[in-house]
Amino acid sequence: MATNKLKRKVENYVFLTLSLFSAVFGLFFLFWILGDLFINGFKYINIDLFTKDPVPPGMEGGGLKHAFIGHIIITFLGTVIGTPIGILAGIYFAEYGRNSKIARIGRNIVDIMVSNPSIVIGAVVYAILVKPVGHFMGIAGGVALALLMIPVIVITTDEMMKLVPKETREAAYALGAQPWQVSFQVVLRAAKVGVLTGVILGVARISGETAPLLFTAFNNSFTTLDPTKPMASLTVTVFQYAMGPYDEWHRQAWAASFILTFGVLIASITARYLIQRKKH
Amino acid sequence: MSNVNSALKRAKLLEYIFRAVLGFSALFIGIILPIIILIILYKEASLAIDKFGVINFITSTDWDPVAGKFGGLAPLVGTLIATLLATLIAAPISMGIAIFLTELSPNKLKPIFSTAIELLAAIPSIIYGMWGLFVVAPLFGEKVEPWLQDKLGNVPVIGKLFEGSPTGIDVLTTSLVLAIMIIPFMSSVVKDAFNMVPPIMKESAYALGATKWEVIKQVMIPITASGIAGGLILSVGRALGETMAVTFLAGNVNQIPKSLLDPFTTITVALANQFTEADTDIYLSSLYFLALILFIMSFVILYLSKLMLLQLEKKWKV
Repeated sequence: MATNKLKRKVENYVFLTLSLFSAVFGLFFLFWILGDLFINGFKYINIDLFTKDPVPPGMEGGGLKHAFIGHIIITFLGTVIGTPIGILAGIYFAEYGRNSKIARIGRNIVDIMVSNPSIVIGAVVYAILVKPVGHFMGIAGGVALALLMIPVIVITTDEMMKLVPKETREAAYALGAQPWQVSFQVVLRAAKVGVLTGVILGVARISGETAPLLFTAFNNSFTTLDPTKPMASLTVTVFQYAMGPYDEWHRQAWAASFILTFGVLIASITARYLIQRKKH
Repeated sequence: MSNVNSALKRAKLLEYIFRAVLGFSALFIGIILPIIILIILYKEASLAIDKFGVINFITSTDWDPVAGKFGGLAPLVGTLIATLLATLIAAPISMGIAIFLTELSPNKLKPIFSTAIELLAAIPSIIYGMWGLFVVAPLFGEKVEPWLQDKLGNVPVIGKLFEGSPTGIDVLTTSLVLAIMIIPFMSSVVKDAFNMVPPIMKESAYALGATKWEVIKQVMIPITASGIAGGLILSVGRALGETMAVTFLAGNVNQIPKSLLDPFTTITVALANQFTEADTDIYLSSLYFLALILFIMSFVILYLSKLMLLQLEKKWKV
């Protein structure tokens, strides 16, 4: 009897310790990656990085102005295209689609689409936009990112609007409001921070994407503001520079990765904070 | 009276318009877009499907752009191996993390720990790739893999897995980095599932004298089994489609790896590396064929995961 009790106690400690180690393992890698990014990236950040175009490969100096500007333009295009569609679809699922079978199927498919391989989206946008036009374009990158962003926004909008109490809606209906007025003027307003959070999460998601840009916006060694031209982005440039043979490229890739990662992490933390606050 | 009528009519009309716009957006993202993706991938792949046939394509290891001969077996097997290994590494660790976050962590620190773990999912894939290439690959190639070879190389059967020259650009490092990337997905699903377990069930078990681990093993895990399965399958689905990290570390060699230290390729690696270089129609079409296979595989797997999670929610969500 006593040995049995001991065995159970030992088993308990062994497994709980393993569980603790798992958590340490996860955190260890998080800090390892962030630490390396900080050590290798931070020291190469300088004014030139933001204000100069690249110099010919192998030479010292130059910057990534083209990639910063391209990245902002492509992400902006993706956000502008994706946000309205995402919010509208999210409102539909939360307010109108509760009792419709097709809407429920569609809502479940959105949950699947959010984990869909992003490179497939890139290949599809290549077929419908790049191939017919004949060359890579910044706007095609924006469309690909928008398609990746929409499911993120839909899911957050839907969840956040569902958190709005039923009584709020009933009160509005009792005053004679139409369903669209209830959705837009009452529920959407009540859930606006949540919806904004969805947009932040969406922007965080797409600003780290590389794969869908490879076949759509492609790359460009020069700064361009014209979205009908091939356009550089930070992520594709990091890919090119890290894979390349030059030390200067590697240094700039680390610096760009540092900025990109901490930007994305700050956005994610903000979004999570807003969601937590909303739920409690 | 006519004023009221026309106002009502206008309100009705507005209602129709809003409903149509909202409904279309929802229909677009939930139904139309996946169908469009399927149709376009199929259309672009049809040249390769007609020329090689489905069975022939997925059982051939040919990948010869010059001769125009293509088969998808090597990238397909590579995708499956990397996904399987990554899941094997990630699954127990994710379970441990989920247990830690729900049962062990002090309440005040819970949000901090779970945010930290979920940040692993927020780090862009390309960062994992670059970090893997500059940090993990050299470390593994120079230290870890020679050590593994030394210790395990002579053990029968297992030794075979560590043959070849250690470079760090291989199945082992790819799977490890992939595992780190999918851990947050599985652990967050399992954590949510654990949180759904009614406290009274845990309390009853404690009252009967069960240890913490017994409560976890005999109450929480059985109750949330479909959620755990759902989380596991979700992470498989995520690993299948992961591109950039794998592209840096796989080595892009069109072969079926025989050891953990062999370079290899996956569907996503083949796409990322070769898509813009494909100079013939049949080349590009073969790559689309791979993309089609990847899309269908991930869709089916993610759908399964969704089914599992829905089952859990139906049972326990209040």
